[in-house]
Amino acid sequence: MDVIEHYLYTKEHEWISIEDTTATVGITDYAQVALGDITFIELPEVDSEVEQFEQFVSIESVKAASDIFSPMSGRVIEINKELESDPGLLNKSCYEKGWIAKIVLTDMDEKSNLMTAEEYNKFLEGLET
Amino acid sequence: MTMISQDSLKQTPLYQKHIGLHARMVGFGGWDMPLQYEGIIVEYESTRKQVTVFDTSHMGEFILKGDCRACGLDRLVSSRIIDMPVQSCRYGMILNASGGVMDDLIVYRLGQEEWMIVVNAATTEKDFNHFRSHLTKQSVLNNVSASTGKLDIQGPWAMEFLKDFIPGLTKLDYYTFAHFMILGERAIVSRTGYTGELGYEIYFPANRIAQLWDKIFENPKVKPAGLGARDLLRIEMGYSLYGHELSDVITPLEAGLSKFVDFEKEFIGKEVLLTLRKEGPSRKMAYFVCDSRRAPRSDFRIYSTDSEEIGIVTSGTFSPELKKGIGMGFVANEYVSPGKKILIGDATNKIEACTTSRPFYKKSSLKN
Repeated sequence: MDVIEHYLYTKEHEWISIEDTTATVGITDYAQVALGDITFIELPEVDSEVEQFEQFVSIESVKAASDIFSPMSGRVIEINKELESDPGLLNKSCYEKGWIAKIVLTDMDEKSNLMTAEEYNKFLEGLET
Repeated sequence: MTMISQDSLKQTPLYQKHIGLHARMVGFGGWDMPLQYEGIIVEYESTRKQVTVFDTSHMGEFILKGDCRACGLDRLVSSRIIDMPVQSCRYGMILNASGGVMDDLIVYRLGQEEWMIVVNAATTEKDFNHFRSHLTKQSVLNNVSASTGKLDIQGPWAMEFLKDFIPGLTKLDYYTFAHFMILGERAIVSRTGYTGELGYEIYFPANRIAQLWDKIFENPKVKPAGLGARDLLRIEMGYSLYGHELSDVITPLEAGLSKFVDFEKEFIGKEVLLTLRKEGPSRKMAYFVCDSRRAPRSDFRIYSTDSEEIGIVTSGTFSPELKKGIGMGFVANEYVSPGKKILIGDATNKIEACTTSRPFYKKSSLKN
């Protein structure tokens, strides 16, 4: 499973990439493999407020519907509209073209609730055994 | 489709092949089956455009010897079978005394007084016991499910692909079959399937089916496909799946399968169905397309645009063909006809949809 070095991760398999107080979020390689072919996404509204670990996106794959949780709290400033017509980008490029939303973060201390890439890799190893 | 993995699940003779291909396995009808290999949509596309192979060895097969009427078979199957030519297949249902569907099946007429009955995996034992208790003494019934392996070869290239090692196969018309020698074994090959594409089902000795599997995959044009793709393909055709569109408490008249009920003969459940036919069922199978890519799921409720509950979804999925959610389910009679606006959902979400007619997929190669 691909894991990106400088990103932070949740136990629900979301990633967040932070630059100053703005962050990009998405789902991890593990998540997209587990979900299978993704066929639908309901994106959050721009300007909506999201709370850490609260549901802010719904995803459907061929077989099931899943909730996606925001890795940190903040305000949504941009969403990846391309996913609405081509949700398969979440499978093909989950860390790049398949990014979900950009958020202005409100509480940087929340970073301590997330895993580093190294910690997330260990977490994944634990899941596989 | 129930997706629970359990240790007690049965394995087909091809289980190790699936594991070797790193298939994602899933519990289905008591069997540990491949849900997908490469991916559900890729396997779906390969079946619609090229050719794929499904392991369907989990399904049940009975061999029955006896006269159609005298042995009791005619009463056990809803459809007209007495006039079936030898080497033809016919779809039908096993009904209970209340007219509910115990299972759906395909009858193969092997000889004037010899039949193969192909039933669903989860219902094999129930069906066998039901047959045994209703057949007369002028019958010999054998459950050959364990010794019978089965592969479905489906897709527009199926005939071109198979004729190389099954010469003579090109003569088969839709819903007919013949015996062929394959790898030195006597196999039944029928031109049938569950995908809406040109295709064949091969019945082959279970102890040698792994060799047939290997032989088929010597050709790189053919890909394996799993239950996930199979479900997509059959929903796009509007085909029923036992446990979803069909059950003990659903009659063929409600399920839109009246044409597979022969009211001119005697069969179990006939009295109830005659009454129901006269009165008209209060609910019927409807087919619907959603306005978005969001998929309806089994057990979602169906509502009128005034939010009145009018039915329940039995199967639903995202349709790669239509790029929209599609599904089927039971609705009150007045919402069955195409073109009715409806809402589909659960407590949190409602999807806008419109009723339509089956099949959803219009480019079938089935009868090419």
